[in-house]
Amino acid sequence: MTASPEKKSYKSFLEEDGGRKGIFKWILSTDHKRIGLLYLYSMMAWFIIGVTLGLLMKLELIAPGETLMGPQSYNATFTVHGVIMIFLIVIPGLPAVFGNFMLPIQIGARDVAFPRLNLLSWYIYVLGSILVIASLFGNGAPDTGWTFYAPYSFRTGTNMLPAALGAFVLGFSSILTGLNFIVTIHRMRAPGMTWLKMPLFPWTLYGTAWIQLLATPIVGITLLMVAGERILNIGFFDPAKGGDPILYQHLFWIYSHPAVYIMILPAMGAVSEIIPTFARKTIFGYRAIVISTLAIAFVGYFVWGHHMFTAGMSGTALFAFSILTFLVAIPSAVKVFNWIATMHKGSIFTEVPFQWAASFIFVFMVGGLTGLVLGALATNVHVHDTHFVVAHFHFIVFGGTGFAFFGALHYWFPKIFGRMYDRSWAQTGWIFFFLGFLTLYGPMFYLGIKGMPRRYFDYLEEFHGGNIISSLGALVMVTGFVIILINLVKSARHGEKAPANPWGGTNLEWRIPSPPPVENFEEIPVIDKATYKFD
Amino acid sequence: MPDSTHHTVPYRTYALILVLLLVLTGISVAVTQIELTKWSTLVALLLAGIKTSLVMAIFMHLKFDQRIFRVMAILIILLLGVVMVVTFLDYLFR
Repeated sequence: MTASPEKKSYKSFLEEDGGRKGIFKWILSTDHKRIGLLYLYSMMAWFIIGVTLGLLMKLELIAPGETLMGPQSYNATFTVHGVIMIFLIVIPGLPAVFGNFMLPIQIGARDVAFPRLNLLSWYIYVLGSILVIASLFGNGAPDTGWTFYAPYSFRTGTNMLPAALGAFVLGFSSILTGLNFIVTIHRMRAPGMTWLKMPLFPWTLYGTAWIQLLATPIVGITLLMVAGERILNIGFFDPAKGGDPILYQHLFWIYSHPAVYIMILPAMGAVSEIIPTFARKTIFGYRAIVISTLAIAFVGYFVWGHHMFTAGMSGTALFAFSILTFLVAIPSAVKVFNWIATMHKGSIFTEVPFQWAASFIFVFMVGGLTGLVLGALATNVHVHDTHFVVAHFHFIVFGGTGFAFFGALHYWFPKIFGRMYDRSWAQTGWIFFFLGFLTLYGPMFYLGIKGMPRRYFDYLEEFHGGNIISSLGALVMVTGFVIILINLVKSARHGEKAPANPWGGTNLEWRIPSPPPVENFEEIPVIDKATYKFD
Repeated sequence: MPDSTHHTVPYRTYALILVLLLVLTGISVAVTQIELTKWSTLVALLLAGIKTSLVMAIFMHLKFDQRIFRVMAILIILLLGVVMVVTFLDYLFR
């Protein structure tokens, strides 16, 4: 059926260079696996910058008053931190790296539907990234926050345009990836792989791809409208010219809230892969997870207004958005119950990927439940734009997507590189990271409820204690990140050789050798049984 | 994939649609002279919707393509429509 997993007489994608040398065998390759790794390496580079900026902010907040930087530098730091983390890392995150690498393999295909378009999306990603980074130089880094809210975004004298243009360009990369995945999933599934035999990670990529395709153009045109405001003084969002600044917020969040689901759905997909493997048990409620994936993708389009509860919307809109926000919690909770039910009475063995997945469930639940606090109108008014919100979205975006990303990385690492990482160091890294994460963001809930606003470089003395704990947590978490990074980088080259199926997984990726052959399968497999069936 | 739905559209049809689009653009501009208050956005969207439908049906061949593409396009437009309705829950009730 497939290449014998342990057979050595094959050429892995890492050995196949297409007759090119050096960097060209990477940047000219249309192999989905190499493109996935191109994304991984680019994102890791930006992530290091984003983490450094985040750490600088936490060090600034370690004591009241000016510690490391003044207000303008602080504003620029949180803006660029946000733009890098959101647009360059968590939005492309799992789809671009693991989606590219694993999607064709998991559905039994040799590549994505449009390999050249796939490479083009990486080039567009790099172009967008360069524009974002370019905004750091020149007239001063942008200071609007990653949301580019009008009217400040068209009035500030800082380098707003390159950052917004960068986000605009990155949108095209996202759209092309989404388009590619939709066509790949529709047209290239192996014979016998009906929709309901498809693994859950491709399912979540499918839901995500539709959001990428349909929501991203809205933010594209919105950012162009801001550029129009800055350059041509049109007046879309300028009250002095009859425009409406809240219209900007509507347009921005019509994309940017579904974007949260672009970030979190594939994370949920990765966790749905990891948990059955390490519980040695078929996933509980496969259909319920599929339906909840599509429900999240669909309902997620209509909840954007909960970012704007204090902006001055009509009472009717406030009421509608609050109800819709509570609705989207239902499919999310369905998934959590399914993961827990999968573990129930399973034969769990706690390897590092499982630890990441289990901690994902914990932090995602904290993030999700505090999201309900924010979805309720009365409590939202109390904690709006405070550190409570910062803690909430870091629990979801970093705790959720980030933990799932690291979980997926540790899960698929032996498959991708054909080598195993040092498990004890990986576990040490996870412990530091997890404890550091909770210490960093946990106190922010308290600080927010007590009234500490976000996006200020300074604070009242009464907030000092919580901020010290939080800043120390940041240092612990960064230590964990450094351990993880060194361990993985070193192991990719020098780790012990990994078998084809080190975790005993059931999906197609575990039935081919590690690292995968150039075109994945000698013969396209025929699927005759449901996925996640353990013998 | 067998291409059983290939269809050649005569140039005359394209020219006719072009003229129609230009006329509709003229109407869109002319209608701004009439005081329609809160209905002005709806009228502008309706006219833009008719123009978009013409482009999609004729220039983008949706009229001659497989039904699944028509269904998908309609679903997407419906989604966009619902997003607009939700947005106007704010604007119409302020």
